[in-house]
Amino acid sequence: MRLLTHNMLSSNIKGVSNGFPLRLEVEKFIEKEVEFNADFLRNMFPKIEWKALVDAAKTLGYADLPEEADPSLLDSDDFLKKYHHALLELHVEEGVLICPETGRKFPVNKGVPNMLLHEDEGFWRL
Amino acid sequence: MWFLCVFYHRLLDYRRAEVEALAELFGAFADTPEDDRRLQWKLPDDHHPDSPFHFVWLPSEEIARNVANRSILVKGIYQLWGQGGSYEELEEEIRSFPDDQKLPYLTAESTFKIFVDTFGKVLSLQEQNERIHGLTYIPFKGRVNLRNPDHKFWLMEIDDYGSNNGLPPVVKKRIFFGREVGAADRKLLPTYQLKSRRYLGPTAMDAEMAFLMANQALAQTGKLAFDPFVGTGSILIAAAHFGAMTMGADIDIRVVRDGRGPDCNIWSNFKQYGLPMPLSLLRADNNLPPWRPGLKEVFDAIICDPPYGVRAGGRKSGGRKLLKGTVGPYTVPDEKREDHIPSTAPYCLVECMHDLLDLAAQMLVMGGRLVFFYPVVRGEDEVVVNVNYPEHPCFKLVASSEQILSLRYSRHLLTMVKTTSYNEELAESAKKKHIEFRENHLKWLEDGSLRAAVFSPVDMHAGVDGKSKFDRDSKPKYRGKYV
Repeated sequence: MRLLTHNMLSSNIKGVSNGFPLRLEVEKFIEKEVEFNADFLRNMFPKIEWKALVDAAKTLGYADLPEEADPSLLDSDDFLKKYHHALLELHVEEGVLICPETGRKFPVNKGVPNMLLHEDEGFWRL
Repeated sequence: MWFLCVFYHRLLDYRRAEVEALAELFGAFADTPEDDRRLQWKLPDDHHPDSPFHFVWLPSEEIARNVANRSILVKGIYQLWGQGGSYEELEEEIRSFPDDQKLPYLTAESTFKIFVDTFGKVLSLQEQNERIHGLTYIPFKGRVNLRNPDHKFWLMEIDDYGSNNGLPPVVKKRIFFGREVGAADRKLLPTYQLKSRRYLGPTAMDAEMAFLMANQALAQTGKLAFDPFVGTGSILIAAAHFGAMTMGADIDIRVVRDGRGPDCNIWSNFKQYGLPMPLSLLRADNNLPPWRPGLKEVFDAIICDPPYGVRAGGRKSGGRKLLKGTVGPYTVPDEKREDHIPSTAPYCLVECMHDLLDLAAQMLVMGGRLVFFYPVVRGEDEVVVNVNYPEHPCFKLVASSEQILSLRYSRHLLTMVKTTSYNEELAESAKKKHIEFRENHLKWLEDGSLRAAVFSPVDMHAGVDGKSKFDRDSKPKYRGKYV
């Protein structure tokens, strides 16, 4: 699971009002090189919750991202490279995503987060 | 300018749609308002729309080349030098075709090759050579190169044949001569064919169809494509081949996470073809999607083959008994939470479509495309019973292409473009609909079952005269959409 995915997911358990960002607990992570595409990074930028990305990257020991970022930075190659690395090249292989409100753990195994809810967590008992 | 566009005689309903989509991708409509983004087409005199020969207007030769080279079903796009009902007529037309358009391709420095092709008939090598030698009135100055010519010329013939060739007998003898501008690279298909793919599921998408879907979705470098029913990744592989970034989700954890072992899973399929790995695979339920609130307009395309309950049934969270009301809501004990396997319930087509369109309306960028299959039960005499395609206020349907799967049903590939942004009001009504589906789970399941229509015994469909309405003998010989 890349941090891009982490940035898109939340805990959707019934009754949880703010399930984002999910807290990361990492058992194993790897770095994989991914082809750099500046247009993709620029398109994605406005959709990223920056603080969540910075915090998640720190959890994985990568602290080179600026605390705050605005679109003007997208002209800087140096910034794009760091942003690319954090967003796409850090993979959580094994670990858990923890709901910030309930503490429910969503496991990540073999790089695949399991976001399925249990019977008593879904919408169907509104 | 007008081009001759010759198609493979396959997937007839998909052919023009593919060219239209690729024309959009390569900028043919750059200055055209959204509502007029249609190509102009013409047919040769007396030709049926299912004929392989079409004329299409494209703004430039470069666009025509890009469209043809990226396509799957375009045998070739040609600059037409002449056509006729006889070789005399053809000669007259080629002779009067302007020199300034011919001579640049006939120079002494260039190499060329002439192909002879026919539709609905076979010519011996000798007959082919005779036809080539009959073209000596064209001032070819260059050398012949059969391996790697600079210019390819095509002489194509179609005869007035009987009714047994997969086309109605409306085509008169017609001969075309033109210079090839571009052609599909069908070598892709053996490379990606399913039988040599490592990890397959029961409903893995055929490679040719997956490429057509990726073309409808305008997959290309820098774009992000998502498949919410990813399965073994067969659709995303086609999108990745065209350079798109990919993401996939599935409710079945075994498929997305485990596959059949460390070298036989979705990741290994991408690796097999040297494609970049998906950006993300996750286990999620499209009925209760885990996307963070406020996340919107992230995908450029959503491409999928939703489970419609004929070959594979959809599942959603919930548990059969829970939704039926035979067991009350229960709580998973804390000590069992870690390894608990949540139960799932059947996911009816109507609800699945509702969720898919709602998700796409939120998550696609403006102008983004939703490309998916929709099953349709077929009626008597080739008349389709229900062609009520799903609709959504955010989307405009731009293409629908039928593929007949059996006498009873066919699937239609629908291409929708997001033309209006998602809003609070739509979110509210989607939520109401979600609750209505949940409260009337059983009713929806029964009403929406395609399986019965497709698999029930034949005599259930008997007509008034006692004859089955799917009587094979009464079936028209014309096979159009079967090919």
